[in-house]
Amino acid sequence: MSLSDKLLILFAGICSLLAIASLIGFALSRKITSESGRATVDNLNARIKAWWVMVAIFALSFGLGKGATVVLFALTSFYTLREFVSLTPTRAADHLLLVGAFYMLLPLQYWLIWTDWYALFTILIPVYGFLLLPTLAALKGDAEQFLLRVSRIQWALMLTVYCISHAPALIMLDIPGYDGQGFLLLFFLITVAQLSDVMQYVFGKLTGRTKIAPVVSPSKTVEGLVGGGLSAVLAGAGLWWITPFSPVEAAAMALAIVAMGFFGGLALSAVKRSMGVKDWGTMISGHGGVLDRMDSLSFAAPVFFHLTRYFYT
Amino acid sequence: MIDIVLIGLTRFIVGGQARWVGSLPEPRQRIYFANHASHLDTLLIWSALPRALRASTHPIAAADYWGRGSIRRHIALKVLNAVLVERALQGTPGAALAPLRGLLSDGQSLILFPEGTRGSDRLPGPFKSGLFWLAQEFPEVELVPTYLDNPSRAFPKGAFLPVPISCTVRFGAPLASRAGEEKDEFLERAREAVGSLASYPIT
Repeated sequence: MSLSDKLLILFAGICSLLAIASLIGFALSRKITSESGRATVDNLNARIKAWWVMVAIFALSFGLGKGATVVLFALTSFYTLREFVSLTPTRAADHLLLVGAFYMLLPLQYWLIWTDWYALFTILIPVYGFLLLPTLAALKGDAEQFLLRVSRIQWALMLTVYCISHAPALIMLDIPGYDGQGFLLLFFLITVAQLSDVMQYVFGKLTGRTKIAPVVSPSKTVEGLVGGGLSAVLAGAGLWWITPFSPVEAAAMALAIVAMGFFGGLALSAVKRSMGVKDWGTMISGHGGVLDRMDSLSFAAPVFFHLTRYFYT
Repeated sequence: MIDIVLIGLTRFIVGGQARWVGSLPEPRQRIYFANHASHLDTLLIWSALPRALRASTHPIAAADYWGRGSIRRHIALKVLNAVLVERALQGTPGAALAPLRGLLSDGQSLILFPEGTRGSDRLPGPFKSGLFWLAQEFPEVELVPTYLDNPSRAFPKGAFLPVPISCTVRFGAPLASRAGEEKDEFLERAREAVGSLASYPIT
């Protein structure tokens, strides 16, 4: 089976899942009449609609190839960084740092993926960006809350650019006997991470009782985590045929993605709490901001990337 | 064509979504008066208005910024429908307000920054008197307070490039007219109407 055949089957599968979800959403919208129930169902349907759009965007960029996929993730980093910085207090003296982050480091990081420059890709932001930002800030001569201001922007850049860029970087991995199929690894990562989020939401809504972190993220429950995580691991194992992994290895990889995704959601909920907001933005209706959808992926991508690179290349 | 590119760029870099919290985007004759924090402000309000309203709405822009350089001047006059005023003249109401009066007599709407200059605080500074004189002369024109959130962070004074920070444009409820109100009282009330649309700051 060729790469494009596999991708066709996979996207057809996702579309069938979404079609079922849309039907369930439609049935629920006719059945539920209570005030609070309606709000939940309306939100559910807005989410499903947004999923159709997101899947269409991904299918299109996969179809167009590596360049389009790298650009898509660069834009994802751009919007998530914009959401993060918009909610973070900044001062006029931070302007130069932000210019460096948005217009220099972000495009450079994705250019390095495009040119397969792995060595610089892994250190650009954690080493050079790390040293550049405080230098720019110090040149501005504003010492007020210096460390806090610099580290906020460093943190935002690590999370939204460095971490997220590890997803499209899967395309540049050289796995013996798996040439040119990096798109499938990327598909595996995104599907397992997002399915885990979706199923945790579904199990949480249906059976969720025991809150895991009531202060930081009241919607996360043990029941949701176990049910959602287990479904995502099973789905990951079922996708072993598109990966270089055996079924058991695929399940273990999926488990790593689920665990990291959960940690990402939890940590970023804490960041949102500390900023006094519920969502990162309003760009994706029903979901909130782009970062609300990418929080789990941002934590899962680097770990999945390095596990795959260490054991399979 | 240029207008679509400008709106696209504005949306991409700073968002600039409109929030109609006290009034609706209706084709009424209005003066939108807003806090002034950056050179993005004119562009932000202009691109937040629906297309139909943009055609009959004229930003009042400072000639010493928007009139400088042929490209910027062309954008200001031909695309934004702006009226360029000399800032130095704003102290003497008679001369500086003449083109504004002309537009209002023709039934056109205006976008005005009554502070006259860019401030860096979240809340607007004292207003100049132009808004008062125009409100006296054209009592039927709706005065819509408008608050711009974040442009001073996205494009602070003295910066060369704007950075991507989401800005919003909030349109509040029209200022009610009060018979016999003194100039300073009116200007302070107008300033408070803009300030009350500001969101709580994050610390």
